[in-house]
Amino acid sequence: MNGLVSTSLLIEISYYAAAFLFIMGLKRMSSPVTAASGIKWAGLGMVVATAITFLYPDMHNYVLTTAAIFVGGVLAWWTGKRVAMTDMPQMIALYNGMGGGAAAAISAVELLSGRELGPVVTTLAVLGGLIGSVSFSGSMVAFAKLQGLLRKDVRFRGQNFVNLAILAAAAVLGVMLVAGNGATNIITSMFLLALVLGVTMTLPIGGADMPVVISLYNALTGLAVAFEGFVLDNAAMIIAGTVVGSAGTLLTQLMAKAMNRSLGNVLFSGFGDSSGGSTEVTGAMKAVDANDAGIMMAFAEKVLIVPGYGMAVAQAQHKVWELTQLLRDRGVTVKFAIHPVAGRMPGHMNVLLAEAGVPYDIIYDQDEINPEFDNADVALIIGANDVVNPVARTDTTSPIYGMPILNADKARNCIVIKRGQGAGFSGIQNALFFLDNTRMLYGDGQAAVSELIQAIKSL
Amino acid sequence: MIELSGFAALYIFMLAAFTGYEVIAKVPAILHTPLMSGSNFVHGIVVVGAMIALGHAETPAGYVIGFLGVLLGAGNAVGGYVVTERMLEMFKTSGEKKS
Repeated sequence: MNGLVSTSLLIEISYYAAAFLFIMGLKRMSSPVTAASGIKWAGLGMVVATAITFLYPDMHNYVLTTAAIFVGGVLAWWTGKRVAMTDMPQMIALYNGMGGGAAAAISAVELLSGRELGPVVTTLAVLGGLIGSVSFSGSMVAFAKLQGLLRKDVRFRGQNFVNLAILAAAAVLGVMLVAGNGATNIITSMFLLALVLGVTMTLPIGGADMPVVISLYNALTGLAVAFEGFVLDNAAMIIAGTVVGSAGTLLTQLMAKAMNRSLGNVLFSGFGDSSGGSTEVTGAMKAVDANDAGIMMAFAEKVLIVPGYGMAVAQAQHKVWELTQLLRDRGVTVKFAIHPVAGRMPGHMNVLLAEAGVPYDIIYDQDEINPEFDNADVALIIGANDVVNPVARTDTTSPIYGMPILNADKARNCIVIKRGQGAGFSGIQNALFFLDNTRMLYGDGQAAVSELIQAIKSL
Repeated sequence: MIELSGFAALYIFMLAAFTGYEVIAKVPAILHTPLMSGSNFVHGIVVVGAMIALGHAETPAGYVIGFLGVLLGAGNAVGGYVVTERMLEMFKTSGEKKS
């Protein structure tokens, strides 16, 4: 008996320590200087919590448990190490979905165990199971979309109604479970409905909105984990899950706000359905060759670089940094202007630029940098489109009207590196490309920047 | 193990919710992606719950679902850690260069 008590105490102390390490870790991750150590704190907490759980009382299936940790861990380790920085968003979606699936699995095991759980615990298990399942299948669809496995945005009339009906049906089954009907087929049907709901909810959402959706599912998984923590009387799960749930919700709101969309708008309206607004874009796009563009930049006083998803796709960040160094050696002031939703996730561009070695003190947020476009000689736009489209300021009928944009059109000259003449992710023509002071440098991001580097070197 | 009575659990829930909000509220946009990834890692604690569920399962269905749960949870924790660490390492190098 004495031995059991001290083991329990040891377990509680370990979970307490893990909860502390998670919060400290997240806190440290919220500042660039301490961020790298933050994940190590949180990681230590995870190791402590996982290791001590093997001492949990009345446990069996150790071999199965160890095998599952080994297989899941190795697969995730291997994929996580191999993935390119550009593909980070979908990997986060994938791992997040796995967490949601695990929360749903806990709920399923507890509900199917036949143990008397009582109405409160059953309610929490059902909620955690539903949310976890939606997060699981929804995140998998998000992963498939960003990975390019699933290219179409599937939309049909009455979609929201169908989703609502599925949700209502799952909720009814959940209420039956709480009321004491624990039949296996009811439990199974409820989980299947929730899994279907995750798919039908996510399918219509376009790629541009995916970051917001992934962030939302991240928050939902946190919530599901917290609910399962209540079910299992596990304070570490409650704390970690709830912290992620609230932090993720806030993060989701920040992202949606940066895109000038409400969360409801992201979830319930297919983007890209609407027409491109009423403003006819007049004029023609004017091409420029790399030599002229290089000269413009080399003799400028201030160059602002606006990177977008195109830079990520072309893996051009290293070349961009090389170009930046070259210009800085010539005495040109170079700054990076980052739109909050440039790329596929907030901060996506910052990560890529950091990878290339760009110091973060020359990388600026939208609010800091926007006034500086007025006295910039050149705005170099690499693979960005909608985030510099001035119709967001002027055309009230445009779907992106009201979205805060980078004021690249106010710079004395704009150079746009772009693969072709197509419209942006939202399908909207970009008025910036037709302005008198805009020149188009066609080509793949990496190749075009290499040409610029050559042009400046040969001056 | 300690029993969390209803209200103690609710207090934990409330305080943890405020904590999460406060920790994120002042974060610069450049850290949004790593932080989303980091919080994704933190809910990998679900692996602990899945281990407990599997450890107490007594039916074949329980074994199978529990096994999947632990596998997925471990994937969440390990994958979340690896990608977050890789992202944040980059901030470290640029920070050191600066100083």
